Amino acid sequence: MGEKLHEIRLTVNGVPRETRVPGRRLLSDCLRHDLGLTGTHVGCEHGVCGCCTVLLDGEPVRSCLTFAVTVDGREITTVEGLREPDGSLSPVQRAFSESHALQCGFCTPGFLCTVTALLRDNPAPSDDEVVEGISGNLCRCTGYQNIVKAVHRASELMGEAEGRS
Amino acid sequence: MKPSAFDYHAPRDVGEALEILAATAPHGKVLAGGQSLIPLLNMRLAAPAHLVDINRVPELDTIEAGGAGVRVGALARHAAVERSDSAARAQPLLRTALRHVAHPVIRNRGTVVGSLVHADPSAEMPAVLVVLGGSVRLARHGGGERDVPAADFFTGPMESAAEPGELAVSAFFPALTPRTGTAFAEVARRHGDYAVAGVAAVVSLDDDLRIRSARVACVSVGPRPAPLDVTEECGGRPAATVDWPSVARAVSLRVDPGDDIHATAGYRRHLTGVLAERALRVAAGEAADG
Amino acid sequence: MTTKLFGEPVQRREDLRLITGEGRYLDDLGKDALAAAFVRSPHAHARIRGIDVSGALEVDGLVAVYTWEDLPEGVRDPLPLLIPHPALTHGRTAYPLARDVVRHVGEPVVMVVARDRYLAEDAAALIEVDYEFLKPVVGIEEAVQGVHLVHEDVPGNVGAHLVQEVPSPGGAGAREAVDAAPHVLAFRLDIERSASTPLEGRGVYARWDADDRSLRVYSSTQTSTSVRMAVAAKLGLPLPSVEVIAPDVGGGFGVKIVHPWPEEVLVPWAAMLLGREVKWAEDRREHFISSAHERAQVQHVRVGFDDEGRVLGLDVTILHDHGAYTPYGIIVPIITATQLLGPYRIGAYRVEFSSIYTNTVQVTPYRGAGRPQGVFCMERTMDRIAAHLGLDRTAVRAANFIQPGEFPYDQGLIFQDGRPLIYDSGDYPKSLSMLKELIGWDAFPQAKERAAAEGRRLGIGLACYVEGTGVGPYEGGHVQVTSDGRVHVSTGLTSQGQGHETVFAQIAATELGVPLDRVSVVTGDTRRFGYAVGTFASRAAVMSGNAIALAARKVRDKALRIAAEALEADPRDLEIEDGVVRVAGDPEASISLATVAVLSNPLRYAFDEEAKRATQFAGPASMDRPPVEAGEEPGLEGRDYYSPVRSTFASGMHAAIVETDPDTAEIRILRYAVVHDCGRLINPMIVEGQIHGGVAQGVGGALYERMVYDGHGQLLNASFMDFLMPYATEIPFVETAHLETPSPLNPLGVKGAGEAGVIPVSAVIAAAVEDAEGITVDRMPISPSELYELRRATAP
Repeated sequence: MGEKLHEIRLTVNGVPRETRVPGRRLLSDCLRHDLGLTGTHVGCEHGVCGCCTVLLDGEPVRSCLTFAVTVDGREITTVEGLREPDGSLSPVQRAFSESHALQCGFCTPGFLCTVTALLRDNPAPSDDEVVEGISGNLCRCTGYQNIVKAVHRASELMGEAEGRS
Repeated sequence: MKPSAFDYHAPRDVGEALEILAATAPHGKVLAGGQSLIPLLNMRLAAPAHLVDINRVPELDTIEAGGAGVRVGALARHAAVERSDSAARAQPLLRTALRHVAHPVIRNRGTVVGSLVHADPSAEMPAVLVVLGGSVRLARHGGGERDVPAADFFTGPMESAAEPGELAVSAFFPALTPRTGTAFAEVARRHGDYAVAGVAAVVSLDDDLRIRSARVACVSVGPRPAPLDVTEECGGRPAATVDWPSVARAVSLRVDPGDDIHATAGYRRHLTGVLAERALRVAAGEAADG
Repeated sequence: MTTKLFGEPVQRREDLRLITGEGRYLDDLGKDALAAAFVRSPHAHARIRGIDVSGALEVDGLVAVYTWEDLPEGVRDPLPLLIPHPALTHGRTAYPLARDVVRHVGEPVVMVVARDRYLAEDAAALIEVDYEFLKPVVGIEEAVQGVHLVHEDVPGNVGAHLVQEVPSPGGAGAREAVDAAPHVLAFRLDIERSASTPLEGRGVYARWDADDRSLRVYSSTQTSTSVRMAVAAKLGLPLPSVEVIAPDVGGGFGVKIVHPWPEEVLVPWAAMLLGREVKWAEDRREHFISSAHERAQVQHVRVGFDDEGRVLGLDVTILHDHGAYTPYGIIVPIITATQLLGPYRIGAYRVEFSSIYTNTVQVTPYRGAGRPQGVFCMERTMDRIAAHLGLDRTAVRAANFIQPGEFPYDQGLIFQDGRPLIYDSGDYPKSLSMLKELIGWDAFPQAKERAAAEGRRLGIGLACYVEGTGVGPYEGGHVQVTSDGRVHVSTGLTSQGQGHETVFAQIAATELGVPLDRVSVVTGDTRRFGYAVGTFASRAAVMSGNAIALAARKVRDKALRIAAEALEADPRDLEIEDGVVRVAGDPEASISLATVAVLSNPLRYAFDEEAKRATQFAGPASMDRPPVEAGEEPGLEGRDYYSPVRSTFASGMHAAIVETDPDTAEIRILRYAVVHDCGRLINPMIVEGQIHGGVAQGVGGALYERMVYDGHGQLLNASFMDFLMPYATEIPFVETAHLETPSPLNPLGVKGAGEAGVIPVSAVIAAAVEDAEGITVDRMPISPSELYELRRATAP
């Protein structure tokens, strides 16, 4: 007989979702394969690369080091949920493209989630704070230089938006 | 890299957690932050039959800071302890050392008590608990609680005094006595990695600003973090005249590092001396200012 | 103007989907596919005595279990040796599933297919393989003793042995020239293993359509066309019944150019057999132990030189560790041997390499592909000459440079493509002076002295390289303008993050005179383009870029011809701007490309407005001519191929300033400067990105990354915990300057840029650490622990 399944409810990108998972189902697999949100990527499954980083009640966490059943009832934001409410790109998304902060794009969703939280908590970080903030995410393509640039650019874009409002 | 199947338990309070642990011992494993455990499960290096997830036990999500020290509940995340101003005031070494624990995203999920129970000799928190002379509170179903002093808690690499069926409910980090300073120094290969070597230091001065006590606990240079008292090597001198290099040398001679793929034993011993000197000087300086 | 796009830092067109989570990587496809997992050898060298799969049969959700015995003819054969070479006398490749003997930890032994990956791993864990241990052969120098053999029938573990020799202009052999030189140095150099390590592992997903007996395969590959040919041949299917698509690929860096990987044969085969979709997505541990590694070499150097440091004779003997199998031939050591000479004119050169089997993961190209090792050898040699003579390190290099007037310059060797190693263009003296300026070479001694006064140790180093890029034999491009005015470009080679959709669109838009947003580009999809070689050797911009330009020119010519007829003008008076063909100087006389596309096809059903409009241009049909004339084709499209006579040679020079901690022996890169010449830049933003990423991988290889095998052939650091790929905290800011020496060999004047950044980094960092410490550095990577031990070993 099969494994016991647990009924869980998650609010993902603002949408209530229900699914049934075995206890061992990683949140990364649940998001990708059960809920069809494949934007969250899996690069190592031991918590080092950061590709699978999502926001759990707003805080960045590794979805490959979290069981889906553990976060029953919680709110999750994935890269698919980073756009502005009006559907336009978020400042962080825009800045990553403008600054050529991605090449193959595989690590990018993890960076975008991490940076979104970083700039929410610290809207104008110093160079050192940016590097520390993204220090748990691996990128094999960019050499990080343009990612650091993009974080500053996103901070600038957010500042401009604030200024206007 | 997917975990083996297990029976999943999600107790709602400590009593229920202890009941489940008792019923499933020795096949139950506690899941708190999971930042060390889940990699082992994903690699199938560990395959417990039962997983007892304490993430729904709010009474364990506590940080109590007071005059005596900081008591950290089993569900308090590294990031929460790091951010807690009252904890930093009561025991500044916590925040100092936590900044060396992995990366911010890991600290959002990983727990201080979980890191202690994991008992990795390369981890920062065990050394901090040891150098401060703290303790871990263990509870078992029907058996009450016991406090295990840090010096007895770490029994070997990845081995602690917690027995099957027991739950580490909290850890206690005593506050500093007056005229006491602390410091933490480490070298890691990459920022956020486990240390190649690291030293946590606590130095206390007497009213004449002479060294009353000096002790360190070292990371990654032995099977477990052991408290090393170097008060005698300081010779009761004022901090400014202590022969710190020779004190540090004494530290480096008392650790028991091994070779691995990242460093030779000789380098680790040397590095421990370098870091011990740096940490002891900073701690002594803080003690004099405090 | 919208159409002047070549050379502009245009923002990437692939970004939008990738920053919104809408990219489609291999494991994002096939939601309902069955999952494959593999039982892999836990031993480096063992004979398989038996396999008991009965335990797996208990697993609910298990679909199939296959061992080598279960594989049919074709599928069960050894995988192909892709690039044979006369010197590779003992080439050996693996079976897709091990037959009898396993030769490295990680070799696939049993394939399991189940409802999902969790269950497949459960089943794999329950399969018992009975092994008889054989003596593992680990380490190049142990292997070359030949006491124990990786392959019973390969004596001395030597797969290949090759000598190339270029005598001096006076006819002297290199050894003779070394012996006769005023100064002679001899030394040994070591470089350890690393690996491409893209963040997305390999993966294969196959769909068999039983109704029309066709197979569609998705693979995270650098060459979908060749995977297609391999799969069709192995499975005995007609080529037109197999299509292979490289979806979004999460990095390649060389490891995904190898084909077919065992899984690329087995997964499609299982999908056909089971009549179900099957997918395998490699996990990180699998990637470490079953995908390819690179770099490891031992080099013995003898060099003879004059008082100015000019190299009169260079004699290099290389032992190359190629792991357990040689599917990719001996490309890596050939590149080391030939690219070693760099920008220098060497008196006489002899290079000999032996490619050695060990019981470790196979070695195939990783970004740089043998060049980092060659550059390490040459540049460490230059530094030693300078030290020996007490000369400035840049002066010794300058004394040996090939001069700008000497191109084309024939190095007298045979390159990786089997063609002569002839440099097409470059300006090495200018490059060096730019680098010295950028890093502040001449002022550094004062800075070093000031730092020393504060107890700090600084050091500076540099290294130069020449990189053969854009190797043949060919790539093709197809450009089609449809009746909606859109331009569809395709090429067969694949993309792994290089921004091809953007740069190829820039090329096509520039050639055709259309706005960029009208152009879409598809790469790596055999349904769109069947003939291609693949993405490696920094060849995409050179090969497909030029092919697309040529194809676009064909389309442009045809468009002008048709438009000229419609406008009753001379084609030579026409220009295309913003997607509209105009008569120069007559704003009224114009026709859109969309309309031209309609006119190009005599079948004009009025499906859209353009087709309706087109009728007004329809000229009087001649009843004497067929609607599609001889030599013509319907439609506004063109296909062309670019096939160069030989490679084009990019070059560059890097310098770094490092600080070493006198107490902890930590090594920090304070500055990193790059001067780079890849001919004409198509998109400078993308080229810079390639350099940044390359340098970062180089820093990884210089200071952090290594594959550590123990004596039993166990890889001790098969995880990102212990294989230390650098984070942002470890990578310096890279300062870049560009020199543009166009290639005379191709229509666009471009050279490759993809690999350049990684090539000289180990040599640069070794030189800088050596300068800071005053200790000879002859092996890389170097860790703080190793620097500490070096200090101890050389302490007085």
